[in-house]
Amino acid sequence: MHPSDLLNEALAGLLARPVRAALTALGTVLGIATLVITLGTAATAGNQIVGRFDALTATAITVEVPTGEVGWAAVDQVTRLRGVTAAAALAEGGQSANLVVRSNNLLDPTRAGSQTLSVVATTSGLPATVRGRMLQGRYFDQGHMRRGDRVVVLGEQAARLLGVSRLERAPAVFIDGRAFTVIGILGGFQRDRGLSGSVLVPPAAGRLLGLGGVTRVLVTTSLGAADLIAGQVATALKPGGEGVLQVVNPPSPTRARDAVRNDVNGLFLVLGLVSLVVGAVGIANVTLVTIMERTTEIGLRRSLGAARRHIAAQFLLESTLTGLTGGVVGAAIGVAAIVAISAAKQWTPVLDVRLAVAAPVMGALVGLLAGLYPSMRAARMEPVDALR
Amino acid sequence: MAEPVIALEALTKEFATVRALSDVSLVVGACDYVAVVGPSGSGKSTLLNVLGLLDRPTSGSYRLDGVETTSLGEGERTRVRGSRIGFVFQSFHLLPQRSVVENVMLAEVYGGHPRRDRRARALAALDRVSLSHRVGYLPDRLSGGERQRAAIARALMGAPCLLLCDEPTGNLDSRNTEAVLDLFDELREQGMTIVVITHENEVSDRAARRVRITDGVLVEE
Repeated sequence: MHPSDLLNEALAGLLARPVRAALTALGTVLGIATLVITLGTAATAGNQIVGRFDALTATAITVEVPTGEVGWAAVDQVTRLRGVTAAAALAEGGQSANLVVRSNNLLDPTRAGSQTLSVVATTSGLPATVRGRMLQGRYFDQGHMRRGDRVVVLGEQAARLLGVSRLERAPAVFIDGRAFTVIGILGGFQRDRGLSGSVLVPPAAGRLLGLGGVTRVLVTTSLGAADLIAGQVATALKPGGEGVLQVVNPPSPTRARDAVRNDVNGLFLVLGLVSLVVGAVGIANVTLVTIMERTTEIGLRRSLGAARRHIAAQFLLESTLTGLTGGVVGAAIGVAAIVAISAAKQWTPVLDVRLAVAAPVMGALVGLLAGLYPSMRAARMEPVDALR
Repeated sequence: MAEPVIALEALTKEFATVRALSDVSLVVGACDYVAVVGPSGSGKSTLLNVLGLLDRPTSGSYRLDGVETTSLGEGERTRVRGSRIGFVFQSFHLLPQRSVVENVMLAEVYGGHPRRDRRARALAALDRVSLSHRVGYLPDRLSGGERQRAAIARALMGAPCLLLCDEPTGNLDSRNTEAVLDLFDELREQGMTIVVITHENEVSDRAARRVRITDGVLVEE
């Protein structure tokens, strides 16, 4: 028997009862669609979580520096590394070293102008490094740093505590009794949010307040470059003395993603497999009934010279095609559903190509397995009985 | 003398307790037209099934076109059945969802017939039974006589040497019966060997030879 004749006969057999064929495939459609939606949604949601990790955390590197080991200028070496978007060196005192900061040098008991705040000396790259924005005024630049100007920038929270909201009249704050001009208010911190409550000063001004050497270097990288930069940053800061620096890498997002995937997958995978089994039983049942109905057709084919294997092959192919159709339709519905869910949630749909290809194959396999018993029954029929 | 198409010798077929065919011997030559008659349950159908290689005899010899069939394996019997024998059934057994020409083409799907010109051969077979004007019809839309003629066209596909007919006019009125019998006469003139099983005198009277089977015993009339 020619293969195309076999395909022809199987297709004709299915299309002779199109509604029945469609209903038979429905079980497989549901099973495959459930599987595709489950796996696709898990991948999409997991990716979404990774996306958030990336934007906020996965690009942030912190280097802890023992005081005095790294000079202020070393941070320029870091910004030169490919993949670094911004870097800033910080000098911080301990918690106990917080200084009294007042917005007014007059002692006015009716106004709460005096706060104990942390004072941090930073290089000019800090706003970019924390992805903040200037709410008022400007940040200090290389010029301020070089000249040792007595200027400060207030973190958003520190500004609120001190009651400084407008800079038109060049307000001053008094730190440890010394006056500094407020030139800007920095807000919108995306990392190291603690700095929002700090008073930020240039390194030279910091020295006046007892903030000697660099204690921390913050580095922000472009997406995906964090691991690479983490391996280079210590050398860039202190060539030959990397050992004393402690580089804090962003946490790996992969594990978080896998955890989400596993949570979502377990239950729904079982559901999908169950409906697939139900689909297979459906195909087996209908094929069996069809064979009973088509007994005389089987007898006729045997009288026309069909061997048992020809009969078996035809019914096996019919059930496999049913499963394949169910798999294709189910995969299509699944993909459409994932895209719809992603659109509704404004996520990026993530779909493994292997899944889209494997789903129809799986459907065909279900049909093949479901057709094994019925087609054996059909092949075993005696032509004499079948024609009676 | 040429090899006979059918040569049965001491053929016996037993079912559990019943002896359906008892020591049957029969020779049918080329271009013979034999009617097998007898009451129901006499063994007519069993004889037809054995002749059509649909069933195996319990003992005896059956040579079809010179080939001893009783010693053939299942696959060989299937091949011989597909290539040497054309079946005509009482209830036509046309596939209802396939057109007339597709039903006829079905006869060459199995048994390694070439795919080329299959449709042309089917159309030629339909022309032989004067059904050229119905090739694209579904069987539902044909009259009983037309359906049986379509079935005969299907039996003629693949150039068999033997046409085995099981009550071919059982479902037909007298006018259509006449038409089918005329067709058998024509086919026989063209060289076809025909064995018809029937209980209708109208049919058996038209045959060149008549054999009667009673309780499994075959007698020439």
